[in-house]
Amino acid sequence: MADLHKLTIAELSEKLAAGECTSVEVVNDVLASIDTTDGKVGAYLTIDRNSALEQAKAADGARTAGKELPLLGIPVAIKDLLNVKGQPCTCSSKILEGYTAPYDATVIAKLREAGAVLLGRVNMDEFAMGSSTENAALGKTSNPWNSDHVPGGSSGGSAACVAADEAIAALGSDTGGSIRQPAAFCGCVGVKPTYGRVSRYGLTAFASSLDQIGPLAKTVKDSAILLEVLCGHDKMDSSSIDMEVPAFGRNLSDDTSLAGMKLGLPKEYFVEGMDPEVEKAVRDAVGHCKSLGAEIVDVSLPHSKYAIAVYYIIATAEASANLARFDGIRYGLRIDGKNPLELYGKTRAAGFGAEVKRRVILGTYVLSSGYYDAYYKRAQKVRTLIRNDFTEAFKQCDAILAPVTPTPAYKLGEKTDDPLKMYLDDILTTPVNLAGNCALSLPCGFSSTGLPIGLQIIGDSFAEETILKVGHAYEQTTEWHKQKPGL
Amino acid sequence: MKYEATIGLETHIMQKTASKMFCACKYEYGAAPNTHVCPVCLGYPGALPVMNEKAIELCCKAGLLLGCEINPCSKWDRKNYFYPDMAKNYQITQADEPLCLGGELEVDVDGEMKTFTLERIHQEENAAKNTHVAGASLVDYNRAGTALMEIVSNPCMHSSADALAYLVALKQIMEYGGISDCNPEKGQIRSDVNVSVRPVGQEELGSKVEIKNMNSFAFIQQAIEYEIDRQTDLLEAGGAVVQETRGFDSDRGETFSQRTKENAHDYRYFPEPDLMPVKISAEQVEQWRSELPELPAQRRERYVKELSLPEYDAGVLTADKIISDYFDEIIMKADHPKLVSNLVMGKGMSWMNEIGQAEYLSIMTPAVTGEVVGLVAKKVISNNAMNELVDILVERKGGDPKAIVEEKGMAQVSNDSALEGWADEAIAANPKPVEEYKAGNTASINFLMGQVMKASRGKANPGAVMQVLKQKLDG
Repeated sequence: MADLHKLTIAELSEKLAAGECTSVEVVNDVLASIDTTDGKVGAYLTIDRNSALEQAKAADGARTAGKELPLLGIPVAIKDLLNVKGQPCTCSSKILEGYTAPYDATVIAKLREAGAVLLGRVNMDEFAMGSSTENAALGKTSNPWNSDHVPGGSSGGSAACVAADEAIAALGSDTGGSIRQPAAFCGCVGVKPTYGRVSRYGLTAFASSLDQIGPLAKTVKDSAILLEVLCGHDKMDSSSIDMEVPAFGRNLSDDTSLAGMKLGLPKEYFVEGMDPEVEKAVRDAVGHCKSLGAEIVDVSLPHSKYAIAVYYIIATAEASANLARFDGIRYGLRIDGKNPLELYGKTRAAGFGAEVKRRVILGTYVLSSGYYDAYYKRAQKVRTLIRNDFTEAFKQCDAILAPVTPTPAYKLGEKTDDPLKMYLDDILTTPVNLAGNCALSLPCGFSSTGLPIGLQIIGDSFAEETILKVGHAYEQTTEWHKQKPGL
Repeated sequence: MKYEATIGLETHIMQKTASKMFCACKYEYGAAPNTHVCPVCLGYPGALPVMNEKAIELCCKAGLLLGCEINPCSKWDRKNYFYPDMAKNYQITQADEPLCLGGELEVDVDGEMKTFTLERIHQEENAAKNTHVAGASLVDYNRAGTALMEIVSNPCMHSSADALAYLVALKQIMEYGGISDCNPEKGQIRSDVNVSVRPVGQEELGSKVEIKNMNSFAFIQQAIEYEIDRQTDLLEAGGAVVQETRGFDSDRGETFSQRTKENAHDYRYFPEPDLMPVKISAEQVEQWRSELPELPAQRRERYVKELSLPEYDAGVLTADKIISDYFDEIIMKADHPKLVSNLVMGKGMSWMNEIGQAEYLSIMTPAVTGEVVGLVAKKVISNNAMNELVDILVERKGGDPKAIVEEKGMAQVSNDSALEGWADEAIAANPKPVEEYKAGNTASINFLMGQVMKASRGKANPGAVMQVLKQKLDG
């Protein structure tokens, strides 16, 4: 085996272009890797081998015909909440068992146009509600670095398959940290783009005003290449922004100097109860950036402490409406009743997992007559304050450095009995979703037990180029991203 | 004690748009069930709404026709409720920031001009159509997501006559404005009616009863009358009216309780995150205003002032926009508005009643009608012959008017020698009327005229006959 599955998009693109390998060989290597390790990792829900090989063959044909595309022949894994025509899209929920997507999400169409090979569908927390991929009804995913630990979530399958070299890259979605946190737990790179950068059309909605699709990859460079393909205005998504997309991948400079760049350090992000090893790794990373020429400045994001409360009101409110369509009438699971109400009740009781039910009930409650002003409306006001915090901070710096999570990946089952405790782990990632700006997570160290630690680089709205530049400079001058789990 | 009723209407009108409110599916009444559907209007996972700009334009134009203020920044909200007619189990609507604010409608209620004020007009999406069959319910999503606007009046009406006049005027304006066809059978105009009763002099309104989703104006009238009586009886007997939603049983002509306030839905409105607010500039509003079509009242005025038609004719012709447009098209070709009006209101309407408006208009096209009128105007045929000609054209389902005139020998006689011959005969045969005329009873000439017409078997040109007779008698 040529170990093609261990390579990056950038490396494979060179090899493919030079004729040193074919896409069929790459896909075969990746499929073999899945066969070897996915029994342990459990990232995939479905793999369509024949289709993947056919796409690879077509990509090789296109290349022979002289086509040059940014992802030509590169196998990519898809989080199970993105609609791909003709494929299941379960969102790791029993309620969508049997549903076949009748259309392609915009990002899927973009991947196809860019020549990517769609490899299969990867596991997640049900409807993206969770931080450990343990709220998954149809599969169990482990952290590739230690199978007793969680991969993070909700894009746990996406992060795990990339970290385990079971895909060259993957798509995830980030509503409150669902790309960045699993990327940090699994030791790969993940980007949460600015809200509006990437079309949400075809992304099964959890919280519409927070959801963004983004890449999970092995390097910052790969993330940039994939991000460039995903971004762009889409008339099918009214929240997508009509502005030019910078050539994130092509423009990424290999210059590692951060001279002239101001990086902010928010005191509020080094929270009480933070794992000292995480804090040290992040502070070391800050020091490293300083050594690359960056100026480090203290910034304050005073309303961050309210982010969890605000997030769990707004996200659940939107989710309670977004998930109302799963009612057993038109698709997916149906358990009949004497009347529509009974049918809905039985179907949803059987189809949704405990965490989804908890959030739907919470969201229904906060929107209820008499409570709306106290919860939802107030939360929207605080959301504005959180956004203002970032606006102020970015007057003083070009990007913000912070941890992604307070701890490295915890053990499977460790927090499943205490949802509130699990919610609190989102404290460092949710403010970015609420404010709508962008952030990146990349490896910056390991715990003494050998679990990856992530560094978060937060950028202003539409400042993806800045955070990619900082991340790329850091990555090129460190070795963390080159570590591989001992599967 | 005396009681008075207060009535408010919430009227849902389906707009004439090519596609649905938030997706590209078209709407076609009577299409095979579930043939105009897509992931968006079926509420599939991941599908997102995209606003139909034509619907926004039509809603705002409706607002401008009704004197509303156009909201420079309105927004969308989700109204949550579980029912199979709503695929997403929420409806996208406008809760607190509608497109149009205020507005009013001046209406003739049994000869008295009244002004009814509006609260708002908002845009929303229509529900699917449920059909209940034995042991099952069938859902047709063709109608789901079509553009629907809701015109909300203030509680400013006091009788079923008020409400009926309001609805008739509203429907007429929507039709004239090209906003909607307002066909009640196709569900294009439906109203929820709010009725309350209070003692005269009491400031606050009585408990409100809502009667939902009625499309027949006659039933709306009946329901209002029934409700006013029922509530008044209750109050007179010392009882209280329960705030509730009631249905209308058209067979019995009665309303019946459906849902009380305690069981009312909590719709949990919140801002729709998938859609941006709708921003409308003052320039856009002015552009739309300049495109507004002529309304019935303006048309009536034009008919009277510019075309010198009697008020009565103007009223009859403008009552139906189709007729009025038809009339306008004929006079563009034929001029002679009064002649055209006589034809349309006389033979025209009587044939429309008999064979249907569409059929009549397809035979007596503006071109054909214009030709017929032209023949009369040029005195080729008489008024009587015109009516006969129309009958023949309709019976034959069309034809060339001139050819028929020739075929049937309908052309009137104006040539002097024939007329003079008939006139001489009439004068000679009727000395008594001749004497009377000469003695100053000028009306007697009409008898002689009748004789000439009879002799000509209706073909003599009456004007020419009159001239010849006068010449002979006066000379």
